[in-house]
Amino acid sequence: MTVGNLIRGVVLLTLVLLLVRPDLFGGFFGLFTKNNQPAIYNQGNLLDITYEHLKLVLLATLASTLIAVGLAIIVTRPFGAEFLPLSRSIANVGQTFPPVAVLALAVPMLGFGWQPTLLALFLYGLLPIFENTLTGLTNLPPAVTDAAKGMGMTGWQRLIKVELPLALPVILAGIRLSVVISLATATIGSTVAARTLGEVIIAGLLSSNTAFVLQGGLIVGVLAVLIYDALSALERWLMARTGQLGRAAA
Amino acid sequence: MIEIDDITKVYSGTAVVDRVSLTIEPHTICVIVGTSGSGKTTLMRMINKLVEPTSGHIRIDGEDIAGIQAYELRRRIGYAIQGHGLFPHRTVGQNIATVPKLLGWDKAKIANRVDELLTLFQLDPAEFRDRLPHELSGGQQQRVGVARALAASPNILLMDEPYGALDPVIRAKAQEDLLSIQRRFGTTIVLVTHDMEEAIHLGDRIAVMDKGKLLQFARPAEIIANPATPFVAELIGTSERPFRLLSLARVADHIEPGVVDGEAINDTASLRDAYAELLWSGRPALPVRHEGQIVGQVTLAQLSRLAARPQ
Repeated sequence: MTVGNLIRGVVLLTLVLLLVRPDLFGGFFGLFTKNNQPAIYNQGNLLDITYEHLKLVLLATLASTLIAVGLAIIVTRPFGAEFLPLSRSIANVGQTFPPVAVLALAVPMLGFGWQPTLLALFLYGLLPIFENTLTGLTNLPPAVTDAAKGMGMTGWQRLIKVELPLALPVILAGIRLSVVISLATATIGSTVAARTLGEVIIAGLLSSNTAFVLQGGLIVGVLAVLIYDALSALERWLMARTGQLGRAAA
Repeated sequence: MIEIDDITKVYSGTAVVDRVSLTIEPHTICVIVGTSGSGKTTLMRMINKLVEPTSGHIRIDGEDIAGIQAYELRRRIGYAIQGHGLFPHRTVGQNIATVPKLLGWDKAKIANRVDELLTLFQLDPAEFRDRLPHELSGGQQQRVGVARALAASPNILLMDEPYGALDPVIRAKAQEDLLSIQRRFGTTIVLVTHDMEEAIHLGDRIAVMDKGKLLQFARPAEIIANPATPFVAELIGTSERPFRLLSLARVADHIEPGVVDGEAINDTASLRDAYAELLWSGRPALPVRHEGQIVGQVTLAQLSRLAARPQ
């Protein structure tokens, strides 16, 4: 077992323990409380909240992936090339719009709860996936795409059998960026009553309880690092499998 | 038979291929040779509709390809390119199976064909079938590329600088393999190269192109003896002409009676090899061996005569 894997294992184990048996960490978080404040978040189950948080991020990323990859596929086909600038600007707007503003604008329409957050995360996640899919689909080895065409594959067959599989590691890198951004951004969803780990942080801020803020922040941070790491490993494996190591990856 | 009839391709005002006509006889190797930018690749790519001509027609066995769906046409024509273009995420077997699969062959037939082709290209099926392309050497990748092009037994094989990335030793081997495969299956081959040596070695006929125009289309001996333009002569290389002429013929066709001593040469060798051996060993004649038996001799005097410009 390498040092890297050892660290991964220890971090994962610590996270799981913190979520399942938070009381074990009471002593540690107690260091950050004053005036007999509770050391462990007591207005909900950390595991449940984390689960809701992840669910929201997963849903948003799935939606972003579907739309962004779909758009990128359309604009890289001959019939969709003229939509390239338009779809680029849509994705860019999604990225420039601050998630807080999306929340504020979405609440009157969608009401309080998880829906405005999902919308904000979805919009925010589009650009990295879209840009990476574009890069992946347009930077394929020319000899390979030429051969695919010369063998007599139709446009659809080339896309499914050659272009998407080869672009997959690069697309995955985009999804990885999007997931990590969403994991952090989802916390502000709690300002409009979405059930996310932001709830723990906000509770800590309202009651000046540093232990709560630290708990919420740590769980989000560690989740982000672990997911980032796992997706990177998957990308490397895919690239190595297809002999493309060193070809791309942002 | 491939009939190229007055074909032109214009890219942004420049004719990359300019009114080229030529007829490629079935079961022959036609090598299109030229410098980069001569239009040789564009000309070849119009045969399988990877490039649409601006004007003119191409007919395959009398049928105008303009009326055939591009992907259907391409499945009937083998296509091998420089840098092999193997699909890096698919195994050697899956790569070779590409066209048969597109044509809807059944699994058992495809598997048989893959193994047959691997064996034909001296790659052990059990060892190579499930490997990924990046695990092979350059020469092996190139062989798989050609095997893939031949998978559905096409009548026509297009090759774009197929040996460009190979070192000289492997290239010579690959060329011999191609010649023997061509003799065995009678495939009509159109091969694009910038290497006149390769063109003379492989081609039944050579088409020399420059700046989009077809300068000469003739047998190698004719091109060497009577280059149509100074450019063709330059491509051949004036100092190389006698040796290129000798390289076209085999010792077997020029055996003289008589017995001499010394190291023998195989009758399958080219006259050029025999000539080099004569000069190097300082002998006036070499014994010729045919299947282990000495059958005659080949002499310096005769080779010198054969190397002279044909009258």
